[in-house]
Amino acid sequence: MKQWIAFWNIIVKDMKTYYLKPPNISWGLIFPLAWTAMFFIRSGSGLEDLQSILPGVIAVSILFGTTSMLAVTVTFEKKNRSFERLLLAPIPLELLMIAKTGGAILFGVANAFVPVLIAAFLTNLTRVNWYIFLPTVFLISFASTFLGFFIAVAVSEVFEAQTFSNFFRFPMIFLCGLFFPIANLPIFLRPLSYLLPLTYGADLLHKTIHGDHYISCVLNLIILSGFCFFLFIASLHNIKKRWIL
Amino acid sequence: MNNIVISVNGLKKRYDEVQAIADMTFNLYRGELFGFLGPNGAGKTTTINILTGLARPDAGTIRIEGIDCIAKPRAAQDLIGVVPDESNLYPELTGYDNLCFCATLYGISKKERIKRANSLLKSFRLLDAAHRKFGTYSKGMKRKLTIAAGIIHQPQILFLDEPTTGIDVASARQIRQLIADLHDQGTTIFLTTHYIEEAERLCDRIAFIVNGRIVRTDTVENLIQPLQDKRIMHFSFKGNITLYPDILQNDFPDLKFTLLNKEKLRVESTQPIKVGKLIRYLEEQELEITEAKKTQPSLEDIFVKITGIEADIIRKEKLRGN
Repeated sequence: MKQWIAFWNIIVKDMKTYYLKPPNISWGLIFPLAWTAMFFIRSGSGLEDLQSILPGVIAVSILFGTTSMLAVTVTFEKKNRSFERLLLAPIPLELLMIAKTGGAILFGVANAFVPVLIAAFLTNLTRVNWYIFLPTVFLISFASTFLGFFIAVAVSEVFEAQTFSNFFRFPMIFLCGLFFPIANLPIFLRPLSYLLPLTYGADLLHKTIHGDHYISCVLNLIILSGFCFFLFIASLHNIKKRWIL
Repeated sequence: MNNIVISVNGLKKRYDEVQAIADMTFNLYRGELFGFLGPNGAGKTTTINILTGLARPDAGTIRIEGIDCIAKPRAAQDLIGVVPDESNLYPELTGYDNLCFCATLYGISKKERIKRANSLLKSFRLLDAAHRKFGTYSKGMKRKLTIAAGIIHQPQILFLDEPTTGIDVASARQIRQLIADLHDQGTTIFLTTHYIEEAERLCDRIAFIVNGRIVRTDTVENLIQPLQDKRIMHFSFKGNITLYPDILQNDFPDLKFTLLNKEKLRVESTQPIKVGKLIRYLEEQELEITEAKKTQPSLEDIFVKITGIEADIIRKEKLRGN
């Protein structure tokens, strides 16, 4: 019970202190929306094509919303030493890190629903399979958060975390099949796509929203879960190795 | 012994080329205030970091209340409170919110943490600033709130790393009083400091630490005892006196002369020092005395004697700290 009081309050503190602040809303939402608008205008297609773009917007919203936050909640706190206060608490390191990333996961999920809500007014979403959509959004949020966590733990400065994040985020927009199929990529880039977690999340979103997909749902879910597990364990290993000297 | 709260044996830690801690062994007894006294870079903070689980030793054993802290580094966290050398609270939270948040990390219920936070803010005289952001606090206020945060879960053992370094005199006095009060209430305290007077005033036992090694551990009374019967005088001169201690030693074999720096001389004797005779002699040598004063033997004298660290270095560190 004691540990859960700590767990819950770490999430609440991070939400109040970091997530619900204007800069995060602008970076997490406005940037992906602007990005999508650019694609939309460039393609010259009408609202009937919105469903094919929606999975990409949702995935980018989650990716940018989550990864940009971890640089603050983890790297910044490590830099100003307030993270030490958490390391001194009688909570298992694994639970502490889930609490620290929990806020980002919820923020990512909330980000995902902003484009969904906008799309609900512009297009017909009755065909969406919500039973697959919800776990998919959660898993993408988990994977993106743990990717941000992995980066945040690997660096010492906030600006390094942001730069390093961009090194992953921007190529992922093109390589993961968010806005155009992986099959359209040059053949030498395709293997790279399958090394990125968002490829599997985007494929699931395409399947749930308009039915097109390349990999089976079960395999997508298994691989995405595997990425989450690997990134979390690798981050914990890095914390123990780099921060508890 | 049941009375042993912390037992450290053969502790070693190296950072690249620097041997931060070299074979350290000591015990802390229940309810005592144990001082770790040494210059900057002696290994005080590294020792605290290892004892509190923020760093890993290369070798050695640590037991806190019997818990093997090497095998289970986080198992004793409930028992300890830590006040680091720099405040590590959240600048964007208020003082009150910081205390409440720290209480939640130990699973304290909402009703209880509100009660404790208010009580601590009152006893640390921070009630007026309770709802101001921590980032706006002065250094002294920050240090007081950091101590309050370190004890909000009422730990059995409190680690204080240089609690009065770099803060104003009034705040430092208040913090020393708070430490003394905690000690009176029965908290076992591990205090690191480079202020000798602070250690002398507060601690039951003191360990002198130099270059990651404990060179002496004892009670303040036992440490000072060998110097109790000594008479000590300090002379300051205008000009260099580096050559004179040996000459003086020949002419005054009953006295012991030590050069403190090129313009300062320390004179020591077990008999009353005949000041007039000594001053006349020094003036005959055409030495211009700017100050002559009798001093009581202090822990600083012992520290200088045991560690071989010049008193001047200690004074410079004090000045830097303030």
